[in-house]
Amino acid sequence: MARKSPEVNAGSMADIAFLLLIFFLVTTTIETDSGINRKLPPMEEVIDPPIIKERNIFTVVVNKNNDILVEEKLMDLRDVREAAVKFLDNGGGIGEEACDYCKGEKDKSSSDNPDKAIISLKNDRETDYKVYISVQNELVAAYNQLRDREFMAIYPNERMTYVEADKVYSDPRTSPKVKALLKPKLAVLKKMYPQKLSEAEPSKTNN
Amino acid sequence: MSKFKKKKGGELPAISTASLPDIVFMLLFFFMVATVMRDNTLMVTNTLPAADQIKKLDKKDRVIYIYAGKPSARYQDKYGDQPRIQLNDKFSVVSDVGAYVLAERATKREELQNVLTTALKVDGETNMGLISDIKQELRKVNALKINYTTRIGDYTQNY
Repeated sequence: MARKSPEVNAGSMADIAFLLLIFFLVTTTIETDSGINRKLPPMEEVIDPPIIKERNIFTVVVNKNNDILVEEKLMDLRDVREAAVKFLDNGGGIGEEACDYCKGEKDKSSSDNPDKAIISLKNDRETDYKVYISVQNELVAAYNQLRDREFMAIYPNERMTYVEADKVYSDPRTSPKVKALLKPKLAVLKKMYPQKLSEAEPSKTNN
Repeated sequence: MSKFKKKKGGELPAISTASLPDIVFMLLFFFMVATVMRDNTLMVTNTLPAADQIKKLDKKDRVIYIYAGKPSARYQDKYGDQPRIQLNDKFSVVSDVGAYVLAERATKREELQNVLTTALKVDGETNMGLISDIKQELRKVNALKINYTTRIGDYTQNY
């Protein structure tokens, strides 16, 4: 007859289970979606569209071959962010339209001030979605870069960038008190560099 | 006679399994808490493009989802390989989008109906024409807040 093997002590099983439970509880993040927020223009046609000076519009076109044309010149996606920052931060206006916080070149042929500057993004019907999103991403990055810079200059005590502050603000775990403190600060920055990104209706271009 | 009599044999007593149900319960609760219910079965390929200037879509009850992309391999015989829109569990055409958004909006609580976001979960390979059509439909029903749902990553991953 075979010798009986001793049974294994299973009393510590609960401890092991607890350990596993705590480990998973700490490490699991419940997946939340994230993406680029945009606001579509309302359907009503504007009867009397405001006249916008050519120099205040920064045109970005993505054609059907996924080429990026910035101000009618072919540009690599890598350089789009910088070009957009340069345009937004130009501050070429004088008198009432002057921009005292802009650090741009004050070029007469570029935007007057960030409040006037509009980025117009146009795409073809055959543009790839991923290219379009990449361009959107770079343009939003340009705004964020400028907002970060000014946020850190105006509120050095916060010890964070605009993007981080915005993240804290939109986090549901942040206490209402902190939110109330952050809200006006974020609003100031949004007013300094308003996100004026227009998505034109696509064209059926032939080129 | 010794008081500390050596027990006969070397056998250990059987271990109580009374705590086993606790363990099982605990695992059960863990999975109950951590599981996200998937309300839609994806019928389209859905490789989202990467972006890093993103915002979180925190409150799930304020979001309407629209999927688009090429039909998955097993649906390609029936629906072809051109990108299509998926609403709930079925393929749809562009003209259905408006009605779908209105129907979804009606199911939400009244105080949330004005703050809804439409999340566009679109495959990276899709043409912008389809997305523009969806956007036009959304404008018609006044669902103006949209979110291009993306993966977190650098844009260079899109090439």
